[in-house]
Amino acid sequence: MLLALLVLALIAIVLAAPIVVRSVVRWRKRRAAGTSSSSQLDLGLYDPGRERRAEQRARELLRSCVNAEEWAMYRDLGFIRVVGRHTRRESDRAREPAYAYLVYPHKPIVAYVPESGQLLTEYCVEFPELAGGEGRGRLPASDDVLAKWMALTSDEDRVIRRANMHLVGRQLDPARLRRDLWRLAEWERRRHRRDEVPHSRP
Amino acid sequence: MCSASSGAELRAHPADGPRAIIDAAVGRPAADHSTHTARGDPIKFLRMKPGHGEVLLAEGDPRVREEEERLVEAFRRQLDEGMWAAVPTTNPGSGRREARMVKSYSDIPPDAERVIFFPRASGG
Repeated sequence: MLLALLVLALIAIVLAAPIVVRSVVRWRKRRAAGTSSSSQLDLGLYDPGRERRAEQRARELLRSCVNAEEWAMYRDLGFIRVVGRHTRRESDRAREPAYAYLVYPHKPIVAYVPESGQLLTEYCVEFPELAGGEGRGRLPASDDVLAKWMALTSDEDRVIRRANMHLVGRQLDPARLRRDLWRLAEWERRRHRRDEVPHSRP
Repeated sequence: MCSASSGAELRAHPADGPRAIIDAAVGRPAADHSTHTARGDPIKFLRMKPGHGEVLLAEGDPRVREEEERLVEAFRRQLDEGMWAAVPTTNPGSGRREARMVKSYSDIPPDAERVIFFPRASGG
């Protein structure tokens, strides 16, 4: 009698095993899916202060790297002028630069002639983070300006070679650029006047 | 890019010489006096990161061998990840601030306080 019961129990276990295994697998899958969806939710949480803090740090870094005049220009006008290094003749080096660049955050670099204000070219360039993970995305605005400034002042040819060159007007409005050049001229005039005032006083 | 520079970066440190003997006698970490002799302060390696601003990657005194090895390693890793490295400097002639691109650890100017790594430029 006991033996018969034991055999029946064994048969029941063998028959039930696949059902139990299937249920366990299904439960594990459900659990894994639940965990990943919750982690996705965690990643998706938006921190409104993060970008602002990043930009604040980037501004401090920019300020510590560029010239005081360039920093003031960026603070007041929102862009930096970087002088072009190439000249046709050695004697031209002492004079006003033949060309210069306007460096905007997350916008093309614009080459122009300071003497005449003639707009020359737009150089579309970006600094994409290629490493994977959470670092993907674009740099804070001031970091983008600093990257362009460092690239232009250290190896102008290399960054210009890598950029996509377009006629002015493709991404930036020429009217706005002319207005910015006018603002820059006014800003410089005011700055020079302010610098001269203490000297003129007895 | 980086592998080409590694030979210069990891050249043998002078194991003997009066300075090394003094270092050993006072129990000071052995220093590489063949490079960066003018450097007196620790150097920082910073990296621009989206959503973060700059991040401190490494900091150390290049005159201390262990710290210099750590700096070399960090430098190489960044270049392997495709970053550009620049050192903000002051032009001795004009006195104006500018940057200097460095392609290997040995290119870092002796008086540099920091090296900034940033993603390389590409056509936008």
